[in-house]
Amino acid sequence: MSRVVLRYGAPLVVGFVVLALWQALVTAYNVPSYLVPSPALIGRTLIADWSLLSRSLAFTLEITLLALGGAVALGVALAFVFVQSRLIEESLFPYAVLLQVTPIVAIAPLIIIWVADTRVALVLCATIVAIFPIISNTTLGLRSVDPGLLDLFRLHRASRWQTLLRLRIPSALPYFFAGLRVSAGLALIGAVVAEFVAGTGGTASGLAYQILLSGLQLNVPRLFAALFLIALAGIVLSTLTAWAAKLALRHWHESEVAGEE
Amino acid sequence: MAAARRGDVTDRPLVVEIDGAEKVFENGLRALAPISLTVREREFATIIGPSGCGKSTLLKLVAGLAAPTAGSVRLWPEGAAARGSGRVAFVFQSPTLMAWADVEANVRLPLDLEGGVADRAGRVDRALSLVGLEEFRAAHPRQLSGGMQMRVSIARALVTEPSLLLMDEPFGALDEITRARLDRELADLWAREALTILFVTHSIYEAAFLSTRVLVMSSRPGRIFAKVAIDAPQPRDEAFRGSERYAGYCARLSDLLSAAADSESVK
Repeated sequence: MSRVVLRYGAPLVVGFVVLALWQALVTAYNVPSYLVPSPALIGRTLIADWSLLSRSLAFTLEITLLALGGAVALGVALAFVFVQSRLIEESLFPYAVLLQVTPIVAIAPLIIIWVADTRVALVLCATIVAIFPIISNTTLGLRSVDPGLLDLFRLHRASRWQTLLRLRIPSALPYFFAGLRVSAGLALIGAVVAEFVAGTGGTASGLAYQILLSGLQLNVPRLFAALFLIALAGIVLSTLTAWAAKLALRHWHESEVAGEE
Repeated sequence: MAAARRGDVTDRPLVVEIDGAEKVFENGLRALAPISLTVREREFATIIGPSGCGKSTLLKLVAGLAAPTAGSVRLWPEGAAARGSGRVAFVFQSPTLMAWADVEANVRLPLDLEGGVADRAGRVDRALSLVGLEEFRAAHPRQLSGGMQMRVSIARALVTEPSLLLMDEPFGALDEITRARLDRELADLWAREALTILFVTHSIYEAAFLSTRVLVMSSRPGRIFAKVAIDAPQPRDEAFRGSERYAGYCARLSDLLSAAADSESVK
Protein backbone atom coordinates (compact mmCIF):
# COMPACT_ATOMS: atom_id res chain seq x y z
CA MET A 1 0.00 0.00 0.00
CA SER A 2 2.61 2.53 1.07
CA ARG A 3 4.66 1.61 -2.00
CA VAL A 4 1.73 2.40 -4.29
CA VAL A 5 1.21 5.72 -2.53
CA LEU A 6 4.90 6.48 -2.87
CA ARG A 7 4.98 5.49 -6.50
CA TYR A 8 1.99 7.44 -7.75
CA GLY A 9 1.22 9.86 -4.92
CA ALA A 10 4.63 11.44 -4.51
CA PRO A 11 5.14 12.50 -8.16
CA LEU A 12 1.55 13.79 -8.28
CA VAL A 13 2.12 15.95 -5.22
CA VAL A 14 5.33 17.33 -6.74
CA GLY A 15 3.52 18.07 -10.00
CA PHE A 16 0.65 19.78 -8.22
CA VAL A 17 2.97 21.92 -6.09
CA VAL A 18 5.00 23.00 -9.13
CA LEU A 19 1.85 23.92 -11.08
CA ALA A 20 0.40 25.84 -8.14
CA LEU A 21 3.65 27.73 -7.65
CA TRP A 22 3.82 28.47 -11.37
CA GLN A 23 0.23 29.77 -11.39
CA ALA A 24 0.83 31.89 -8.26
CA LEU A 25 4.05 33.44 -9.57
CA VAL A 26 2.60 34.25 -12.99
CA THR A 27 -0.44 35.87 -11.36
CA ALA A 28 1.53 37.70 -8.67
CA TYR A 29 4.09 39.19 -11.03
CA ASN A 30 1.61 39.71 -13.85
CA VAL A 31 3.85 37.92 -16.37
CA PRO A 32 2.53 38.46 -19.92
CA SER A 33 1.15 35.28 -21.51
CA TYR A 34 3.45 35.61 -24.55
CA LEU A 35 6.41 35.03 -22.20
CA VAL A 36 5.15 32.50 -19.70
CA PRO A 37 1.47 31.57 -19.84
CA SER A 38 -0.16 30.32 -16.66
CA PRO A 39 -1.06 26.62 -16.37
CA ALA A 40 -4.74 27.58 -16.38
CA LEU A 41 -4.34 29.45 -19.66
CA ILE A 42 -2.45 26.50 -21.19
CA GLY A 43 -5.31 24.27 -20.11
CA ARG A 44 -7.87 26.58 -21.64
CA THR A 45 -5.84 26.75 -24.88
CA LEU A 46 -5.63 22.97 -24.95
CA ILE A 47 -9.44 22.81 -24.87
CA ALA A 48 -10.05 25.73 -27.22
CA ASP A 49 -7.53 24.53 -29.85
CA TRP A 50 -8.31 20.86 -29.32
CA SER A 51 -9.52 20.15 -32.86
CA LEU A 52 -6.30 21.62 -34.29
CA LEU A 53 -3.99 20.10 -31.68
CA SER A 54 -5.61 16.68 -31.68
CA ARG A 55 -5.10 16.41 -35.44
CA SER A 56 -1.46 17.35 -34.96
CA LEU A 57 -1.12 14.87 -32.12
CA ALA A 58 -2.62 12.12 -34.29
CA PHE A 59 -0.19 12.99 -37.08
CA THR A 60 2.88 12.93 -34.82
CA LEU A 61 1.73 9.72 -33.16
CA GLU A 62 1.19 8.13 -36.55
CA ILE A 63 4.75 9.00 -37.63
CA THR A 64 6.10 7.79 -34.29
CA LEU A 65 4.28 4.46 -34.33
CA LEU A 66 5.09 3.77 -37.99
CA ALA A 67 8.74 4.55 -37.25
CA LEU A 68 8.74 2.36 -34.16
CA GLY A 69 7.13 -0.47 -36.11
CA GLY A 70 9.70 -0.05 -38.87
CA ALA A 71 12.56 0.06 -36.38
CA VAL A 72 11.33 -3.10 -34.67
CA ALA A 73 10.77 -5.02 -37.92
CA LEU A 74 14.02 -3.92 -39.53
CA GLY A 75 16.08 -3.96 -36.34
CA VAL A 76 15.00 -7.47 -35.35
CA ALA A 77 15.55 -8.72 -38.91
CA LEU A 78 19.06 -7.25 -38.92
CA ALA A 79 19.80 -8.76 -35.51
CA PHE A 80 18.78 -12.19 -36.84
CA VAL A 81 21.10 -11.73 -39.81
CA PHE A 82 23.93 -10.59 -37.50
CA VAL A 83 23.76 -13.66 -35.28
CA GLN A 84 23.76 -16.01 -38.25
CA SER A 85 27.27 -15.00 -39.17
CA ARG A 86 30.06 -13.14 -37.43
CA LEU A 87 31.33 -12.03 -40.85
CA ILE A 88 28.07 -10.27 -41.65
CA GLU A 89 27.92 -8.70 -38.21
CA GLU A 90 31.51 -7.47 -38.33
CA SER A 91 30.97 -6.05 -41.84
CA LEU A 92 27.68 -4.29 -41.15
CA PHE A 93 27.70 -3.33 -37.49
CA PRO A 94 30.01 -0.31 -37.89
CA TYR A 95 27.48 1.17 -40.33
CA ALA A 96 24.69 0.72 -37.84
CA VAL A 97 26.87 2.63 -35.37
CA LEU A 98 27.56 5.27 -38.01
CA LEU A 99 23.82 5.72 -38.47
CA GLN A 100 23.45 6.00 -34.72
CA VAL A 101 26.14 8.62 -34.12
CA THR A 102 25.26 10.90 -37.04
CA PRO A 103 22.78 13.51 -35.76
CA ILE A 104 19.42 13.13 -37.44
CA VAL A 105 19.16 16.90 -38.00
CA ALA A 106 22.17 16.55 -40.29
CA ILE A 107 20.68 13.76 -42.38
CA ALA A 108 17.03 14.82 -42.33
CA PRO A 109 17.30 17.59 -44.96
CA LEU A 110 18.79 15.10 -47.43
CA ILE A 111 16.11 12.55 -46.81
CA ILE A 112 13.41 15.17 -47.14
CA ILE A 113 14.89 16.26 -50.47
CA TRP A 114 15.29 12.70 -51.75
CA VAL A 115 11.97 11.28 -50.67
CA ALA A 116 9.08 12.94 -52.43
CA ASP A 117 6.40 11.99 -49.92
CA THR A 118 7.02 14.07 -46.78
CA ARG A 119 5.21 11.60 -44.57
CA VAL A 120 7.46 8.76 -45.75
CA ALA A 121 10.51 10.98 -45.29
CA LEU A 122 9.51 11.73 -41.69
CA VAL A 123 8.91 8.05 -40.89
CA LEU A 124 12.29 7.24 -42.41
CA CYS A 125 14.08 9.85 -40.26
CA ALA A 126 12.38 8.68 -37.07
CA THR A 127 13.13 5.05 -37.93
CA ILE A 128 16.83 5.84 -38.32
CA VAL A 129 16.83 7.44 -34.88
CA ALA A 130 14.94 4.59 -33.24
CA ILE A 131 16.51 1.53 -34.80
CA PHE A 132 19.88 1.25 -33.07
CA PRO A 133 18.79 0.11 -29.58
CA ILE A 134 16.65 -2.59 -31.21
CA ILE A 135 19.54 -3.88 -33.32
CA SER A 136 22.16 -3.84 -30.59
CA ASN A 137 19.96 -5.17 -27.80
CA THR A 138 18.36 -7.92 -29.87
CA THR A 139 21.74 -9.03 -31.23
CA LEU A 140 23.16 -9.13 -27.72
CA GLY A 141 20.10 -11.03 -26.51
CA LEU A 142 20.21 -13.60 -29.29
CA ARG A 143 23.83 -14.26 -28.39
CA SER A 144 23.26 -14.34 -24.63
CA VAL A 145 22.20 -17.94 -24.49
CA ASP A 146 23.07 -20.27 -21.61
CA PRO A 147 25.95 -22.36 -23.05
CA GLY A 148 24.64 -25.38 -21.15
CA LEU A 149 21.27 -25.12 -22.87
CA LEU A 150 23.04 -24.72 -26.19
CA ASP A 151 24.92 -27.98 -25.47
CA LEU A 152 21.64 -29.64 -24.54
CA PHE A 153 20.08 -28.55 -27.83
CA ARG A 154 23.11 -29.89 -29.71
CA LEU A 155 22.99 -33.16 -27.81
CA HIS A 156 19.39 -33.65 -28.89
CA ARG A 157 20.26 -32.71 -32.46
CA ALA A 158 18.13 -29.59 -32.56
CA SER A 159 17.97 -27.89 -35.94
CA ARG A 160 19.11 -24.30 -36.37
CA TRP A 161 15.47 -23.33 -36.62
CA GLN A 162 14.50 -25.10 -33.38
CA THR A 163 17.43 -23.49 -31.60
CA LEU A 164 16.38 -20.07 -32.83
CA LEU A 165 12.70 -20.51 -32.02
CA ARG A 166 12.93 -22.33 -28.72
CA LEU A 167 16.15 -20.97 -27.30
CA ARG A 168 17.56 -17.83 -28.88
CA ILE A 169 14.34 -15.87 -29.23
CA PRO A 170 13.09 -16.47 -25.67
CA SER A 171 16.56 -15.70 -24.30
CA ALA A 172 16.60 -12.45 -26.29
CA LEU A 173 13.19 -11.19 -25.14
CA PRO A 174 14.31 -9.31 -22.00
CA TYR A 175 17.05 -7.57 -24.02
CA PHE A 176 14.61 -6.79 -26.83
CA PHE A 177 12.12 -5.18 -24.47
CA ALA A 178 14.81 -3.03 -22.86
CA GLY A 179 15.71 -1.86 -26.38
CA LEU A 180 12.06 -1.33 -27.30
CA ARG A 181 11.54 1.02 -24.37
CA VAL A 182 14.47 3.21 -25.42
CA SER A 183 13.43 3.05 -29.07
CA ALA A 184 9.87 4.15 -28.33
CA GLY A 185 11.17 7.36 -26.81
CA LEU A 186 13.66 7.82 -29.64
CA ALA A 187 10.96 7.31 -32.30
CA LEU A 188 8.98 10.18 -30.83
CA ILE A 189 12.08 12.39 -30.65
CA GLY A 190 12.94 11.42 -34.23
CA ALA A 191 9.44 12.23 -35.45
CA VAL A 192 9.48 15.66 -33.78
CA VAL A 193 13.01 16.54 -34.92
CA ALA A 194 12.33 15.44 -38.49
CA GLU A 195 9.17 17.51 -38.56
CA PHE A 196 11.11 20.53 -37.34
CA VAL A 197 13.62 20.08 -40.14
CA ALA A 198 10.88 19.60 -42.73
CA GLY A 199 9.38 22.84 -41.40
CA THR A 200 6.42 24.34 -43.13
CA GLY A 201 6.99 22.47 -46.37
CA GLY A 202 4.82 19.60 -47.47
CA THR A 203 1.70 18.35 -45.80
CA ALA A 204 3.30 18.42 -42.36
CA SER A 205 0.87 19.27 -39.62
CA GLY A 206 2.25 17.51 -36.56
CA LEU A 207 2.91 18.85 -33.10
CA ALA A 208 6.41 20.04 -34.01
CA TYR A 209 4.89 22.08 -36.79
CA GLN A 210 2.43 23.60 -34.32
CA ILE A 211 5.31 24.51 -32.01
CA LEU A 212 7.23 26.06 -34.86
CA LEU A 213 4.23 28.06 -36.07
CA SER A 214 3.14 29.11 -32.59
CA GLY A 215 6.67 30.33 -31.92
CA LEU A 216 6.65 32.44 -35.06
CA GLN A 217 3.23 33.85 -34.14
CA LEU A 218 4.19 34.35 -30.49
CA ASN A 219 1.23 32.15 -29.59
CA VAL A 220 3.09 30.85 -26.55
CA PRO A 221 0.07 29.27 -24.79
CA ARG A 222 -0.51 27.03 -27.82
CA LEU A 223 3.22 26.29 -27.96
CA PHE A 224 3.08 25.10 -24.36
CA ALA A 225 -0.07 23.09 -25.06
CA ALA A 226 1.68 21.29 -27.96
CA LEU A 227 4.73 20.74 -25.78
CA PHE A 228 2.51 19.24 -23.10
CA LEU A 229 0.97 16.84 -25.63
CA ILE A 230 4.41 15.68 -26.84
CA ALA A 231 5.53 15.01 -23.29
CA LEU A 232 2.28 13.19 -22.58
CA ALA A 233 2.69 11.07 -25.72
CA GLY A 234 6.22 10.17 -24.59
CA ILE A 235 5.05 9.10 -21.15
CA VAL A 236 2.21 7.01 -22.59
CA LEU A 237 4.57 5.30 -25.05
CA SER A 238 7.09 4.51 -22.36
CA THR A 239 4.36 3.14 -20.09
CA LEU A 240 2.90 1.00 -22.87
CA THR A 241 6.26 -0.57 -23.69
CA ALA A 242 6.86 -1.21 -20.00
CA TRP A 243 3.49 -2.97 -19.82
CA ALA A 244 4.28 -5.03 -22.90
CA ALA A 245 7.53 -6.14 -21.28
CA LYS A 246 5.73 -6.99 -18.07
CA LEU A 247 3.11 -9.01 -19.93
CA ALA A 248 5.72 -11.00 -21.82
CA LEU A 249 8.22 -11.57 -19.01
CA ARG A 250 6.20 -11.55 -15.80
CA HIS A 251 6.31 -15.32 -15.31
CA TRP A 252 9.99 -15.76 -15.47
CA HIS A 253 12.32 -12.81 -15.78
CA GLU A 254 13.78 -11.23 -12.67
CA SER A 255 13.17 -7.72 -13.99
CA GLU A 256 9.41 -8.20 -14.22
CA VAL A 257 8.56 -10.57 -11.41
CA ALA A 258 6.04 -8.56 -9.46
CA GLY A 259 6.82 -7.70 -5.87
CA GLU A 260 7.69 -11.19 -4.62
CA GLU A 261 10.64 -12.07 -2.51
CA MET B 1 29.38 -62.47 -3.82
CA ALA B 2 31.53 -59.53 -4.78
CA ALA B 3 33.50 -61.67 -7.19
CA ALA B 4 30.31 -63.00 -8.75
CA ARG B 5 29.05 -59.45 -9.28
CA ARG B 6 32.19 -58.40 -11.01
CA GLY B 7 31.97 -61.44 -13.20
CA ASP B 8 28.50 -60.30 -14.19
CA VAL B 9 29.70 -56.86 -15.17
CA THR B 10 32.33 -58.00 -17.66
CA ASP B 11 29.74 -60.14 -19.41
CA ARG B 12 27.52 -57.20 -20.06
CA PRO B 13 27.57 -55.28 -23.35
CA LEU B 14 29.92 -52.31 -23.68
CA VAL B 15 28.25 -48.93 -23.59
CA VAL B 16 31.26 -46.63 -23.76
CA GLU B 17 34.63 -47.55 -25.17
CA ILE B 18 37.28 -44.86 -25.00
CA ASP B 19 40.49 -45.84 -26.70
CA GLY B 20 43.47 -43.56 -26.32
CA ALA B 21 41.33 -40.45 -26.53
CA GLU B 22 43.29 -37.26 -26.18
CA LYS B 23 42.20 -33.63 -26.12
CA VAL B 24 44.39 -30.66 -26.91
CA PHE B 25 42.63 -27.32 -27.07
CA GLU B 26 43.25 -24.79 -29.81
CA ASN B 27 45.34 -22.67 -27.45
CA GLY B 28 47.71 -25.62 -27.02
CA LEU B 29 46.43 -26.60 -23.58
CA ARG B 30 46.59 -30.35 -23.19
CA ALA B 31 43.38 -31.16 -21.32
CA LEU B 32 43.50 -34.94 -21.59
CA ALA B 33 46.42 -37.30 -21.99
CA PRO B 34 45.51 -40.44 -23.95
CA ILE B 35 42.81 -42.10 -21.88
CA SER B 36 41.30 -45.53 -22.26
CA LEU B 37 38.31 -46.73 -20.34
CA THR B 38 35.13 -48.70 -20.78
CA VAL B 39 31.71 -48.50 -19.24
CA ARG B 40 29.42 -51.49 -19.39
CA GLU B 41 25.68 -51.74 -19.19
CA ARG B 42 24.14 -51.01 -15.77
CA GLU B 43 27.39 -49.75 -14.33
CA PHE B 44 27.51 -46.64 -12.18
CA ALA B 45 30.96 -45.39 -13.09
CA THR B 46 32.23 -42.26 -11.40
CA ILE B 47 35.12 -40.09 -12.44
CA ILE B 48 36.66 -38.22 -9.55
CA GLY B 49 39.48 -35.74 -9.59
CA PRO B 50 40.52 -32.19 -8.72
CA SER B 51 39.01 -29.19 -10.49
CA GLY B 52 40.48 -28.70 -13.94
CA CYS B 53 41.63 -32.29 -14.41
CA GLY B 54 39.57 -32.68 -17.56
CA LYS B 55 36.64 -34.59 -16.05
CA SER B 56 34.07 -32.43 -17.78
CA THR B 57 36.02 -32.53 -21.04
CA LEU B 58 35.98 -36.32 -20.91
CA LEU B 59 32.23 -36.30 -20.39
CA LYS B 60 31.76 -33.94 -23.33
CA LEU B 61 33.77 -36.29 -25.53
CA VAL B 62 31.46 -39.14 -24.58
CA ALA B 63 28.40 -36.97 -25.25
CA GLY B 64 29.75 -36.05 -28.67
CA LEU B 65 29.72 -32.36 -27.72
CA ALA B 66 33.46 -32.23 -28.40
CA ALA B 67 35.69 -34.35 -30.63
CA PRO B 68 38.91 -35.99 -29.40
CA THR B 69 42.15 -34.65 -30.90
CA ALA B 70 43.37 -38.24 -31.22
CA GLY B 71 42.04 -41.66 -30.33
CA SER B 72 38.43 -42.71 -30.40
CA VAL B 73 35.31 -42.56 -28.32
CA ARG B 74 32.67 -45.09 -29.28
CA LEU B 75 29.22 -45.76 -27.89
CA TRP B 76 27.80 -49.27 -28.10
CA PRO B 77 30.80 -50.54 -30.09
CA GLU B 78 29.28 -54.02 -30.21
CA GLY B 79 26.10 -52.88 -31.90
CA ALA B 80 22.90 -51.09 -30.98
CA ALA B 81 21.97 -50.56 -27.36
CA ALA B 82 20.14 -53.59 -26.07
CA ARG B 83 18.45 -51.59 -23.37
CA GLY B 84 16.42 -48.41 -23.61
CA SER B 85 16.20 -45.98 -26.47
CA GLY B 86 19.85 -45.90 -27.51
CA ARG B 87 19.83 -42.28 -26.48
CA VAL B 88 22.38 -40.36 -24.44
CA ALA B 89 21.23 -37.86 -21.84
CA PHE B 90 23.31 -35.24 -20.05
CA VAL B 91 22.79 -33.61 -16.68
CA PHE B 92 24.87 -30.48 -16.31
CA GLN B 93 26.51 -28.86 -13.30
CA SER B 94 23.74 -26.29 -13.10
CA PRO B 95 20.09 -27.13 -13.78
CA THR B 96 20.26 -25.26 -17.15
CA LEU B 97 16.50 -24.96 -17.39
CA MET B 98 14.60 -22.69 -19.73
CA ALA B 99 13.49 -19.92 -17.37
CA TRP B 100 10.59 -18.98 -19.63
CA ALA B 101 9.07 -22.45 -19.74
CA ASP B 102 7.26 -24.33 -17.00
CA VAL B 103 8.53 -27.57 -15.52
CA GLU B 104 6.49 -29.73 -17.87
CA ALA B 105 7.78 -27.97 -21.00
CA ASN B 106 11.34 -28.17 -19.71
CA VAL B 107 11.07 -31.90 -19.14
CA ARG B 108 9.39 -32.45 -22.52
CA LEU B 109 12.10 -30.52 -24.41
CA PRO B 110 14.26 -33.48 -25.54
CA LEU B 111 11.17 -35.23 -26.94
CA ASP B 112 10.08 -32.06 -28.73
CA LEU B 113 13.53 -31.56 -30.22
CA GLU B 114 14.09 -35.11 -31.39
CA GLY B 115 10.53 -35.80 -32.47
CA GLY B 116 9.24 -39.19 -33.44
CA VAL B 117 8.23 -40.20 -29.93
CA ALA B 118 4.68 -41.35 -29.35
CA ASP B 119 2.91 -40.65 -26.07
CA ARG B 120 5.01 -37.67 -25.05
CA ALA B 121 2.60 -36.73 -22.28
CA GLY B 122 2.90 -40.21 -20.77
CA ARG B 123 6.70 -40.06 -20.89
CA VAL B 124 6.71 -36.65 -19.24
CA ASP B 125 4.33 -37.87 -16.52
CA ARG B 126 6.56 -40.82 -15.83
CA ALA B 127 9.76 -38.76 -15.72
CA LEU B 128 8.12 -36.27 -13.35
CA SER B 129 6.90 -39.01 -11.07
CA LEU B 130 10.37 -40.59 -11.00
CA VAL B 131 11.73 -37.43 -9.41
CA GLY B 132 8.58 -36.71 -7.39
CA LEU B 133 7.64 -33.46 -9.11
CA GLU B 134 4.19 -34.28 -10.50
CA GLU B 135 2.61 -31.48 -8.51
CA PHE B 136 5.03 -28.87 -9.80
CA ARG B 137 4.51 -29.39 -13.51
CA ALA B 138 3.05 -25.92 -14.00
CA ALA B 139 5.67 -24.11 -11.92
CA HIS B 140 8.39 -21.98 -13.45
CA PRO B 141 12.01 -22.78 -12.55
CA ARG B 142 12.49 -19.62 -10.53
CA GLN B 143 9.75 -20.72 -8.16
CA LEU B 144 11.69 -23.88 -7.28
CA SER B 145 14.57 -24.44 -4.89
CA GLY B 146 18.00 -25.42 -6.20
CA GLY B 147 17.42 -29.06 -5.33
CA MET B 148 14.06 -29.13 -7.09
CA GLN B 149 15.52 -27.45 -10.16
CA MET B 150 18.14 -30.17 -10.28
CA ARG B 151 15.40 -32.78 -10.10
CA VAL B 152 13.68 -31.17 -13.07
CA SER B 153 17.00 -31.39 -14.87
CA ILE B 154 17.20 -35.11 -14.03
CA ALA B 155 13.61 -35.68 -15.14
CA ARG B 156 14.47 -33.99 -18.43
CA ALA B 157 17.38 -36.42 -18.83
CA LEU B 158 15.22 -39.45 -17.97
CA VAL B 159 12.36 -38.52 -20.28
CA THR B 160 14.06 -40.02 -23.32
CA GLU B 161 14.62 -43.27 -21.38
CA PRO B 162 18.33 -42.92 -22.09
CA SER B 163 20.59 -45.93 -22.48
CA LEU B 164 23.44 -43.84 -21.12
CA LEU B 165 23.16 -41.06 -18.58
CA LEU B 166 26.06 -38.62 -18.26
CA MET B 167 26.13 -36.44 -15.14
CA ASP B 168 28.63 -33.63 -14.64
CA GLU B 169 28.80 -32.75 -10.94
CA PRO B 170 25.03 -32.43 -10.83
CA PHE B 171 24.77 -31.84 -7.09
CA GLY B 172 27.93 -29.78 -6.63
CA ALA B 173 26.08 -26.52 -6.04
CA LEU B 174 23.63 -27.88 -3.49
CA ASP B 175 23.78 -27.84 0.29
CA GLU B 176 25.02 -30.98 2.04
CA ILE B 177 21.57 -32.15 3.20
CA THR B 178 19.89 -31.78 -0.18
CA ARG B 179 22.86 -33.36 -1.82
CA ALA B 180 22.68 -36.45 0.39
CA ARG B 181 18.97 -36.81 -0.33
CA LEU B 182 19.42 -36.49 -4.08
CA ASP B 183 22.32 -38.97 -3.96
CA ARG B 184 19.97 -41.43 -2.29
CA GLU B 185 17.26 -40.81 -4.86
CA LEU B 186 19.73 -41.20 -7.69
CA ALA B 187 20.99 -44.52 -6.27
CA ASP B 188 17.35 -45.67 -6.15
CA LEU B 189 16.67 -44.53 -9.70
CA TRP B 190 19.79 -46.21 -10.99
CA ALA B 191 18.76 -49.52 -9.43
CA ARG B 192 15.06 -49.37 -10.30
CA GLU B 193 15.47 -48.11 -13.85
CA ALA B 194 18.53 -50.25 -14.62
CA LEU B 195 20.41 -47.18 -15.82
CA THR B 196 23.97 -46.95 -17.07
CA ILE B 197 25.53 -43.86 -15.58
CA LEU B 198 28.85 -42.09 -16.07
CA PHE B 199 29.09 -39.61 -13.25
CA VAL B 200 31.58 -36.83 -12.51
CA THR B 201 32.16 -35.41 -9.06
CA HIS B 202 34.88 -34.11 -6.81
CA SER B 203 33.29 -35.49 -3.68
CA ILE B 204 34.83 -38.77 -2.55
CA TYR B 205 31.83 -39.36 -0.28
CA GLU B 206 29.42 -39.09 -3.16
CA ALA B 207 31.62 -41.30 -5.33
CA ALA B 208 31.90 -44.01 -2.68
CA PHE B 209 28.17 -43.96 -1.96
CA LEU B 210 26.88 -44.10 -5.51
CA SER B 211 29.35 -45.96 -7.66
CA THR B 212 30.05 -49.49 -8.71
CA ARG B 213 33.41 -48.28 -9.97
CA VAL B 214 35.43 -45.11 -9.38
CA LEU B 215 38.03 -43.75 -11.76
CA VAL B 216 40.49 -41.42 -10.04
CA MET B 217 41.93 -38.76 -12.33
CA SER B 218 44.96 -36.55 -11.97
CA SER B 219 45.42 -33.32 -13.82
CA ARG B 220 47.66 -31.45 -16.25
CA PRO B 221 47.17 -33.30 -18.45
CA GLY B 222 44.17 -35.27 -17.25
CA ARG B 223 44.65 -39.00 -17.07
CA ILE B 224 43.24 -41.97 -15.19
CA PHE B 225 45.38 -42.50 -12.12
CA ALA B 226 43.57 -45.44 -10.56
CA LYS B 227 40.43 -47.54 -10.87
CA VAL B 228 38.63 -48.69 -7.75
CA ALA B 229 35.73 -51.13 -7.69
CA ILE B 230 33.16 -50.34 -4.99
CA ASP B 231 31.85 -53.82 -4.36
CA ALA B 232 29.47 -53.00 -1.55
CA PRO B 233 26.07 -54.61 -2.10
CA GLN B 234 23.04 -52.80 -3.49
CA PRO B 235 20.77 -51.15 -2.58
CA ARG B 236 22.78 -48.77 -0.44
CA ASP B 237 21.13 -46.64 2.20
CA GLU B 238 22.00 -44.42 5.14
CA ALA B 239 23.22 -47.47 7.03
CA PHE B 240 25.87 -47.92 4.35
CA ARG B 241 26.99 -44.35 4.86
CA GLY B 242 27.61 -45.17 8.51
CA SER B 243 29.40 -48.43 7.82
CA GLU B 244 33.10 -49.12 8.25
CA ARG B 245 33.22 -50.44 4.74
CA TYR B 246 32.06 -47.08 3.38
CA ALA B 247 34.64 -45.28 5.54
CA GLY B 248 37.27 -47.63 4.14
CA TYR B 249 36.35 -46.78 0.55
CA CYS B 250 36.40 -43.08 1.35
CA ALA B 251 39.85 -43.36 2.96
CA ARG B 252 41.12 -45.32 -0.03
CA LEU B 253 39.81 -42.76 -2.52
CA SER B 254 41.21 -39.94 -0.42
CA ASP B 255 44.66 -41.58 -0.41
CA LEU B 256 44.52 -42.14 -4.14
CA LEU B 257 43.56 -38.52 -4.78
CA SER B 258 46.51 -37.33 -2.68
CA ALA B 259 48.81 -39.74 -4.50
CA ALA B 260 47.47 -38.46 -7.81
CA ALA B 261 48.20 -34.88 -6.75
CA ASP B 262 51.73 -35.88 -5.64
CA SER B 263 52.39 -37.57 -8.94
CA GLU B 264 51.69 -34.22 -10.60
CA SER B 265 54.13 -32.21 -8.51
CA VAL B 266 56.86 -34.79 -9.22
CA LYS B 267 56.39 -34.34 -12.94
